[in-house]
Amino acid sequence: MSSIPTELKYASSHEWVRHEGDGIYSVGISEHAQELLGDMVFVELPEVGDTVSQGDDCAVAESVKAASDIYAPLSGEVVEVNESLTDAPEQVNASPYHDGWMFKIKASDLAELDELLDAEGYQNVIDED
Amino acid sequence: MSQQTVLHAKHLEAGAKMVDFFGWQMPINYGSQMEEHHAVRQDAGMFDVSHMTIVDLTGARTRDFLRYLLANDVAKLTVPGKALYTAMLNEAGGVIDDLIVYFLQEDYFRIVVNSATREKDLAWLNQHAPAFEVTVTERPELALIAVQGPNAKAKVATLLDAAQQAAVEGMKQFFGVQSGDLFIATTGYTGEDGYEIAMPEGLAADFWQQLLAAGVKPCGLGARDTLRLEAGMNLYGQDMDETVSPLAANMGWTIAFEPADRHFIGRAALEHQKATGTDKLVGLVMEQKGVLRHGQRVVVEGGEGIITSGTFSPTLGFSIAMARVPANVGDSAEVDIRGKLVPVKVIKPAFVRMGKKLI
Repeated sequence: MSSIPTELKYASSHEWVRHEGDGIYSVGISEHAQELLGDMVFVELPEVGDTVSQGDDCAVAESVKAASDIYAPLSGEVVEVNESLTDAPEQVNASPYHDGWMFKIKASDLAELDELLDAEGYQNVIDED
Repeated sequence: MSQQTVLHAKHLEAGAKMVDFFGWQMPINYGSQMEEHHAVRQDAGMFDVSHMTIVDLTGARTRDFLRYLLANDVAKLTVPGKALYTAMLNEAGGVIDDLIVYFLQEDYFRIVVNSATREKDLAWLNQHAPAFEVTVTERPELALIAVQGPNAKAKVATLLDAAQQAAVEGMKQFFGVQSGDLFIATTGYTGEDGYEIAMPEGLAADFWQQLLAAGVKPCGLGARDTLRLEAGMNLYGQDMDETVSPLAANMGWTIAFEPADRHFIGRAALEHQKATGTDKLVGLVMEQKGVLRHGQRVVVEGGEGIITSGTFSPTLGFSIAMARVPANVGDSAEVDIRGKLVPVKVIKPAFVRMGKKLI
């Protein structure tokens, strides 16, 4: 059973979102997602300053098994990316909710948060897979 | 219907993630494919390959049968126990399967074929065996465990009795010997030293447990795939199949055209292909970020090809692939990775062997 922290919000495409204050949200992939992908070997991150819309593919997680698009769970501007994943992509496996974060978005439309799932809703998505 | 090997419970005990592999429930990894891969390159790992099909061929004319059935020539097998890698072709020269054949006695050879091709292989064998009065006996009651890595043989030795130790003492690559309950062969699919050991199913769980206690790491199909690809070994169904000539699958070295008077199935087609030319299977290396994948388009000077197998190489730290391309390919190419053409180097398809980087 993979962990799904209750303080986070989730997209059905397996990204999580954490509010860091000031309308800035960090984004990563869930423990369930990293388990499905297996050992991560590269993470291709967006550029700081990129503008993304909710649902855009804006990063790629490459594991030994497959390449998987990461979708922006919220619209806004990318204000920071996790550079340490360049040398240590395995952080996504070891610590998907903390050290394995991928990028931060300054959200432009907070109403989009309501479209995201809570932990229970995300659990249901996994169960249906 | 999904089948389980006799080691199924052992896999679950070791925390395996099980997947369906052509109708068999097999471990894809036990947590980290990467760690399993490194264990085989640096120490010792074990794979349950009991899903593979072991077939014994018996009868006075077994050698004649195999000289007709296989593209490589079992006439090369003069010392009992010696093994040979070969393709089994159809009349059109397409690869029905690749296999290892062991010469045990003049009237007794053993072959090990892929599990995904089991039914068509057995049908083909049974179609051609009667003309040579050869008996085809599948051995589903045998489990098969591959123990691979620089320390594999030393760790296996701790499990063997005195007679078995003597039997494998000094045994060269590509030999097999029956000693007591074990058929021990110096073969494998990783590019490392080690054994493939067949045994009665009833002994397998205990043998596995003893290997575990000897410090051998359980490894899944995921690591098996990255290891064989680093070693430049083909995967049937991916790098070649019935529509592909062995000449276009880096298997030319396994075809024995000499002696010229040996008639084997597919020979005429191969001679024609040899004269007119075929594509070839090459290795690709991409040192920049990204991973080459099966099915990606390869652009070479004056033509196009396709990646048959691609992966991130855990040993090298970058991506490698095998690709089928026009034969006049140079030493560079480009791969279409999600719409972007990325430059790659073209080399012979072998990347890592015996712990050594070949590039």
